[in-house]
Amino acid sequence: MRGATHAKWAACAAAVALAATACGGSDSGSGSGGDGSGVLSSSWGDPQNPLEPANTNEVQGGKVLDMIFRGLKRYDPKTGAAEDMLAEKIDTSDSQNFTVTVKDGWKFSNGEAVTAKSFVDAWNYGASLKNNQKNAYFFGYIEGYDKVHPDSGTQTADTLSGLKVTGARTFTVKLTQKFSTFPDTLGYPAFAPLPQAFFDDHAAWIKKPVGNGPYTVDSYTKGSKMSLRKWDAYPGTDKAQNGGVDLKVYTDNNTAYTDLMAGNLDLVDDVPAAQLKNVKSDLGGRYLNTPAGIIQTLAFPFYDKDWNKSGSEKVRKGLSMAINREQITNTIFQKTRTPATDWTSPVLGTKGGFQDGLCGDGCDYNPDEAKKLVKEGGGIPGGQVKITYNADTGSHKEWVDAVCNSINNALGNDKACVGNPVGTFADFRTRITQKKMSGPFRAGWQMDYPLIQNFLQPLYYTNASSNDGHWSNKDFDKLVNQANTETDTTKAIGIFQNAEKVVRDNMAAIPLWYQNGSAGWSEQLSNVALNPFSVPVYNEIKVG
Amino acid sequence: MGRYVVRRLLQMIPVFIGATLLIFLMVNVMGDPIAGLCGERQCDAATAAQLKKEFGLDKPVWQQYLTYMGNVFTGDFGTAFNGQKVTELMATAFPITIRLTIVAILFEIVIGVTLGVITGLRRGSAVDTSALLLTLVVISVPIFVTGLLLQLLLGVEWGWIKPSVSTDATFGELIVPGLVLASVSLAYVTRLTRTSIAENHRSDYVRTAVAKGLPRHRVIIRHLLRNSLIPVVTFIGTDIGALMGGAIVTERIFNIHGVGYQLYQGIVRQNTQTVVGFVTVLVLVFLVANLLVDLLYAVLDPRIRYA
Repeated sequence: MRGATHAKWAACAAAVALAATACGGSDSGSGSGGDGSGVLSSSWGDPQNPLEPANTNEVQGGKVLDMIFRGLKRYDPKTGAAEDMLAEKIDTSDSQNFTVTVKDGWKFSNGEAVTAKSFVDAWNYGASLKNNQKNAYFFGYIEGYDKVHPDSGTQTADTLSGLKVTGARTFTVKLTQKFSTFPDTLGYPAFAPLPQAFFDDHAAWIKKPVGNGPYTVDSYTKGSKMSLRKWDAYPGTDKAQNGGVDLKVYTDNNTAYTDLMAGNLDLVDDVPAAQLKNVKSDLGGRYLNTPAGIIQTLAFPFYDKDWNKSGSEKVRKGLSMAINREQITNTIFQKTRTPATDWTSPVLGTKGGFQDGLCGDGCDYNPDEAKKLVKEGGGIPGGQVKITYNADTGSHKEWVDAVCNSINNALGNDKACVGNPVGTFADFRTRITQKKMSGPFRAGWQMDYPLIQNFLQPLYYTNASSNDGHWSNKDFDKLVNQANTETDTTKAIGIFQNAEKVVRDNMAAIPLWYQNGSAGWSEQLSNVALNPFSVPVYNEIKVG
Repeated sequence: MGRYVVRRLLQMIPVFIGATLLIFLMVNVMGDPIAGLCGERQCDAATAAQLKKEFGLDKPVWQQYLTYMGNVFTGDFGTAFNGQKVTELMATAFPITIRLTIVAILFEIVIGVTLGVITGLRRGSAVDTSALLLTLVVISVPIFVTGLLLQLLLGVEWGWIKPSVSTDATFGELIVPGLVLASVSLAYVTRLTRTSIAENHRSDYVRTAVAKGLPRHRVIIRHLLRNSLIPVVTFIGTDIGALMGGAIVTERIFNIHGVGYQLYQGIVRQNTQTVVGFVTVLVLVFLVANLLVDLLYAVLDPRIRYA
């Protein structure tokens, strides 16, 4: 009787719901055969910042920029290698002065031509302090940056003195120091060109961005949906293989996954951890789990005397050896993360500087040695390791607890390690900035561009932008400077690897694991892939 | 009556100021919101300072609060970090949540009161017992379990509905989420009505009405129900506010981009302007709903008079 009543309610409600929604029709690509006109729907998150290229620093906004913009270079979705896109050539003789020639025939989707000025204006806008662009530091190597973006006070110039338009399609870039791999950084969206329309009517542009990529923005409802359609006149070779993409904002990736199951959504690019066990039976082969340019580490507060005295490196190494990475990645992450054996990422490839096993025995699980090393190093400061993390996103609590368990077991002390959750990410960042960490803390790094330099310099160079632990080492700094001046790329990478070995010998941060990107899709999609930034390669997806 | 309303409206002022001040302080205590804007890295000092200035975060908290309140009275609720006006966010979020609340309240009134009357009149019958058991189950099962279960069954297994609600969030799409949102309150309304009806059923005026020879439906609707609804109306009235603000879980499960979604987003991103703005409006809704409930008493029960 109970059950019957309940079922009756549900049935009534559902029947009404059906009558109301069934006529709405499905907005996901309705079988148009493989003629490239099918539209797919994909999960999305609300971008945190306005969708300006130099202001977008997270993956959700990055997805859109990747569809509507093409820069001088583009990272090959498979290999991550920087290849010329809009750049005809980038010449330099001294690794400090570059002459860029833009290819002929490129246009923005509103008809404006892409010229050298489109790039220079965009970069000047991105660097200028008054525009509040969060990626401004990308232009920090260009001469005159200290004038348009001073550390304090007001800016004394509006444009970078190191940028000069020398022709309709050529401009020169002067850097403040030698930086041999600079051209390879130009694939980052912050370096995208901007049309004059961006500057003429900024508010309108923000409402409906206009770029030069294979898609155009058809409609944009902030906070819930963006419809992108194939741009038929796109001049590039990487034309969209589908008719368009509808990005739908989901608050919870579980709902997105449920929608995929129900056939209400075509592509989910973040399979929730709770569903990883079922993903094989739910989706069969329609699931992808590939390495992304993300590494998770534990950083240390080097401003704290207890963590920065002689012998501390032994404690750090000991802690590293007390972590059973294999077991944690298998059980908690269902193999969607790979135990780290260096401080970079496998997406770089061995040619790009990834070296499997560079960490050596320091990253191998060895409880006996761990115990010995911690003891030799003078024991854990304060008798207890507190691993600080933000508890609001990701499944940080689970793995921090697992890491602590592993450390406790290895050291034979139930109280050797505890997790120290912080409520929100913003608060977590505040505490890091204010140097309030009393022990190791979660540090994640998603690369900006697939270069070994990007995994080392921002994180471990003295006072670098993301050197949260404030580690400082003269040898490391010297090697990085040397590598940046080296014009031969292979040699430069070798020097960067030497610098990485300095990080290893001091165990400046404990590498934990490389993160994978995951995606699941419906039966009507094919040719789905993720690029090294774990963003789906939308333009190559085929519908039908 | 008029004087009473004025007095109540005046009483709202200190409540309103106190509530907003508390929320403002709480959000501020959570830390520096700018720090979370630059991803896993430190914002460069110059940009951070510039942003702080722009959002007025470089001033002392009391000054921030005064400026904010000043702006609120001119209808300016500030700007969210993604560059959107908070009023713009409200314009998209509130209609959706109001629709959801209407669906939920309708479920409460129609199913809850009907079931309450039936069970109240037939105490001890099979219908009564099963309804009691059913409400017990609904009350004890957490709302997210009910929500996820219905979503999975109706949306995926049987394919009767779409598991998530589209951007438009029409009434039709909101029926299942509304039922989920209303479920617990619905159970309470049923029980409240049942008790109230059962109590009044024995009272003198009902016996008189029956003795007068009035038809049964008139006795129940005009006399019995009208008097029994007073506690129920109080409950539903206060529930309006609770439903609007407490829809965070339901909105998350069904991907509804209403008030709950904006509040969640605002809290996670420490967006003071969004959180305080939305809560301020919710506080107002709560206060007005309470006032309306009190005024409804007089309509339902002529013995109650306000002077």
